[in-house]
Amino acid sequence: MTLYNVQKFLYELNRSEAAQQRYRADPRGAVDDYDLTDEEIGALVEPDIGLLFHLGVNGQILMHFAAFHQIEWNDYLQRMRDGIAEHGPVREGVYAMTGYEGVDADPHTTGTTASATRAAAGGSD
Amino acid sequence: MPLVFAGVCSHAPGITGRAERADPTVRDAFYAALDGMRADLEASQPDALMVVAAEHFANFFMDNMPSFAVGMADHYDGPIEDPGWLGIDKVRVPGDSELSRRMITGIMQGSDVAYAEEWKFDHGIMVPLHFLTPRYDLPVIPVNVNCQGPPLTPLHRAWTFGESIRAAADALPERVALVGTGGISHWPATPDSGKINEAWDRDFLDRWCRNDRARLLDYDDATIYADAGQGGFEIRTFITVAAAARGAPGTVDFYAPIPIFAVGCTVATYDVTA
Repeated sequence: MTLYNVQKFLYELNRSEAAQQRYRADPRGAVDDYDLTDEEIGALVEPDIGLLFHLGVNGQILMHFAAFHQIEWNDYLQRMRDGIAEHGPVREGVYAMTGYEGVDADPHTTGTTASATRAAAGGSD
Repeated sequence: MPLVFAGVCSHAPGITGRAERADPTVRDAFYAALDGMRADLEASQPDALMVVAAEHFANFFMDNMPSFAVGMADHYDGPIEDPGWLGIDKVRVPGDSELSRRMITGIMQGSDVAYAEEWKFDHGIMVPLHFLTPRYDLPVIPVNVNCQGPPLTPLHRAWTFGESIRAAADALPERVALVGTGGISHWPATPDSGKINEAWDRDFLDRWCRNDRARLLDYDDATIYADAGQGGFEIRTFITVAAAARGAPGTVDFYAPIPIFAVGCTVATYDVTA
C-alpha cells in the first residue's frame, strides 16, 4: 500500500487550484504522476470517500477532498461509516472510529444540556 | 512592547460552515463571545496578530514537517477549502514580512523554527480571523505547531516555544497580539465528528486558566488520544499561548459543546496586562 502517495496527491490537490482544474478535467490523468495501486487510483478517481477513509487517509486531508467534491456533510460522514462497514477498520493513522452514535443522538445537540460527559473512549477501532 | 493580548479560540470549520444547523441560542452566545474577543483584541491596539494554529495540510506535509513554523510574507491567501463549504469567501490577508523576520529572529534565540515565505490559510486560521479581524485589516503572522503528522511536537517544546514568542514580542517596538486556535477534545473529520469530552475540556481549561505549567504538560499523546481524540492533540496551541502569557491569570469567556460544530466551542483569554 502506498498511503503516503495517496495523501500526497490529495494534499497537493487540496491546496492548488491548478491541480484541481486538472483533476476536474481528467481525474485519471491527474493521478498518473503518483505511484499508486489500482485500488487507490479507483478510490481517488471515483471518488470513494469510504475506501479512502478505510485506507487511512488523514481525516483532515479527506475532509477537504470531500468538500472539494461538494459532498454534503451528513453524506460525507455516512460515506466514511459505510467504508468501514464494507472494508473494515481504518488501516493506519489516528483518524479512526470510536463508536460515537452521532450528533442526532448527542444530548449536547440542543445546546441546553451541559452535564453529560463523554466516557473516555479507546482510540482504536 | 510587551505582548498586548493573549487568548485562544476554537477554529472548527463547522463554526462558519454549518452555522445554520446549530441551536441558535448556544451558537449566538458563542458568536457573541467571539465578538467580545474581537473587541478586546481591538482595544489592545495591536500592530500585528500572531495566530498560533494547528494547520491541516495546507502548507506542510510529511515530506518535510516542521515542529514549528512561522510565516514571513506580506500577504496570505485563504481559505484553501471550498468557500461555500466553509462559509468564508476567498480573501487575501495582510502580513508583514519585515516584522515576521524580526519576530522569527527573536524566537530563534529560544526555539528552532522553520520560516515560510509562502503560506496558505485553512480553516484553522480563517475561522478565527472571520470573527476577530473581519475586515482583514490587521497584519497577521501565522504560526504552525505540528499537531497533525506524528511524531508530534512535544508538549514541553510547545511551552518553550511560547516562552520564545513572548521574549521575541516583548523585545519589539510593535504591539503584538497572540491568539492560539484549536480544539480541546474532539474527533473531527471522522464519523465520530461531534463527540466531545466536556469533563476533559473543563479540566484542561482549569489548568490553562491557572497557567499551571506542570499540569498543562502532564499529558501524553496516548491518553490524549484515548480521552480527547486526535483533535485533542491541538492543545499544543493552547499550551504555547499559556507559556507566552507568562503566568497571567486566564478566564474562560465561553465554553459549550456544540456537536454540529464538532468541538467544545471555546473563547478564553489571559490578562497579560495584569
